[in-house]
Amino acid sequence: MIKKHKTGLVALAAVTLVASATLASPGFAQDRPGPGGNATVDDSGKEVFEQICAACHMADAKGGGEAGARVPALAGNKNLANKDYPIIILLKGRGGMPWFTDILTKPQIAAVITYVRGHFNDYKDPVTVADIDRIGSTNPPVPDCNCGH
Amino acid sequence: MTDPLFVPPTRRQLLTMIGKAGGAAALYQAMTVFGHAAESQFNGPPKLSGARKGSTVLVLGAGVAGMLAAYELTKAGYNVQILEFQDRTGGRNYSVRGGDTINELGSTQTVQFAPGNYLNPGPWRIPYHHRTVLHYCKELGVELEHFAQLNFNAMTHRKDAYGGKPQRFRDLYVDYKGHVAELLGKSLNAGALDTTVTAEDKAKLLEAMRDWGVLDKNMAYTKSVKVGEQRGWDRPPGGGVNGAPIPNEVGTLSDTLSTQVWKEIGFYTEEVMQATMFQPKGGMDHIGKAFTAKVGHLVRLGTRVTKIAQDTKGVTVDWTDAKTGAAGQSKADWLVCTIPATILGQLDIQVSTAKKAAIRSLPYGNSVKIGLEMKRRFWETDYAIYGGHSFTDQDISLISYPTGNWFGDGPAVLLGAYPFGIGAYRLAGMTPEKRIAAALDQGSVFHPAEYKSEYLSGASVAWSRMPWILGCCATWTEESRAAHYQDLVSLDGRIVLAGEHCSYYGCWQEGALLSSIDAITRLHQAASAA
Repeated sequence: MIKKHKTGLVALAAVTLVASATLASPGFAQDRPGPGGNATVDDSGKEVFEQICAACHMADAKGGGEAGARVPALAGNKNLANKDYPIIILLKGRGGMPWFTDILTKPQIAAVITYVRGHFNDYKDPVTVADIDRIGSTNPPVPDCNCGH
Repeated sequence: MTDPLFVPPTRRQLLTMIGKAGGAAALYQAMTVFGHAAESQFNGPPKLSGARKGSTVLVLGAGVAGMLAAYELTKAGYNVQILEFQDRTGGRNYSVRGGDTINELGSTQTVQFAPGNYLNPGPWRIPYHHRTVLHYCKELGVELEHFAQLNFNAMTHRKDAYGGKPQRFRDLYVDYKGHVAELLGKSLNAGALDTTVTAEDKAKLLEAMRDWGVLDKNMAYTKSVKVGEQRGWDRPPGGGVNGAPIPNEVGTLSDTLSTQVWKEIGFYTEEVMQATMFQPKGGMDHIGKAFTAKVGHLVRLGTRVTKIAQDTKGVTVDWTDAKTGAAGQSKADWLVCTIPATILGQLDIQVSTAKKAAIRSLPYGNSVKIGLEMKRRFWETDYAIYGGHSFTDQDISLISYPTGNWFGDGPAVLLGAYPFGIGAYRLAGMTPEKRIAAALDQGSVFHPAEYKSEYLSGASVAWSRMPWILGCCATWTEESRAAHYQDLVSLDGRIVLAGEHCSYYGCWQEGALLSSIDAITRLHQAASAA
């Protein structure tokens, strides 16, 4: 099970509706590992990236696959110039990518976006918990996408 | 305290009562006595017939949903073609064996397992009530064998319980119900529940707790021969002069609670996790192979769909050949699309805005499976563990012992990791070599003397990196079901979607097959009415 007891998990008006459906416990009737698994994620942006994001976006943040079946690159991604963009996607998910509010805390979300924007791109202004709260309270729609790009 | 006057209820009454009281073991027992909760909606294979002469259906995806559609629609008289992205049929119905190649984004593995050994990276167990899967296994001649699910002698490990020393599930289970029974007995005897239960029920409950918890004459859970008969022995029963068994110490309440064993009890009590379970002998992909024997000649492999269009007359699918890069086009009257939402959301598909939104609002969970081939079945010979799962709170989540070829000589493959969520992301992000190293490190807690020294080779599948699906299976919530489910499954002109993502049996083959039956039944109705 996901560590539901962990303090500081994101609990925003915009996302609380999905908070009960964790991805470690995918819900009604699904096959799943069962009672094992209580893994935790370390706190720095680099660690969150390596332990979570790299599973799909790859260690070099360049994504993979090909047109029509692609995991988008986070490195050199112009969409990240606007820091609200990754915040919305991490809070709400988009396409095949789930929301991460039940896995990551607000400080972890802020840290990993700061890391990805600064390390794999050249956007050096940090993302803060206040930014995440702002998105949570204004609840903007998920930007439309061709989800592979 | 006055002695309660016992009027022992009948065994049947007791069972009923115990079930209502909600103890997990009791509930399990009650379920086996009375129990049929909601089963699969399967009412037999679809009885479709009388397709218009020359009617054509294009099926996208040769997983079990797509192949069932092709199989049944062909029987109904349609001319069917299947386009498949991969160079193999089966989709997530998948087994890997020695010599096979696993291609993920960023890595390639060649499986080294000995002949006969395999890993099921996708589905691996079939509940007894998944009637659709079982029906087609029977119809198509897939040999099923028992899948050992519940094993009292398998282990539970938590880093902060028992000093990190794994415990047998049996011991934890017996301790848990013993302590809970003792506490409920104390509450009852203290009168704490006198306003909640009738005097008659109180008496029955006290007897129930004494029996169920194996409590002593003082209604306490303590070391005893009676407890030993459930929990096992310090010295087991034998013959001759030292034949008398010696019970072992029971666990304390705090130690028991620290293992969170109630989660395991609850897990085995869920309908989809209850015994009896089955597996195809020799690998789950025998189901896919059996469908392929029927419809394989209709499949075009290595065909990457790029565009799906429709008009009042039919559907047109553009594709490229994966090997040659040549572009092609297929036309048909109708389309069954089983492409996973992760991929379909990236394609140009001519359906309603609502269906597009549904497709693009369906995230996929991530999962990793790791197969570890060991030189010998030490879990059987050295631990008396035959099938079942040992759970851990580490990234690997569990190790699962193989069913089949029990007592066999030679190498065997155990499942060395099967996490969803954080553990799965962490393992998926590693190279295949690092995954194996992590799985060996973590699984060693259960079998420290053998796990690394008996290891031969390993193979892993991180579903988030499988290039043809980019995820494991669809993750719905109550809210997304309400907003999008009907839009996802609706017949849209000449196009209908099918697959586990279009069902309430997500992540199960049963859902994929039920979805496919429903989709082609509606398609056939529309085609007949057109």
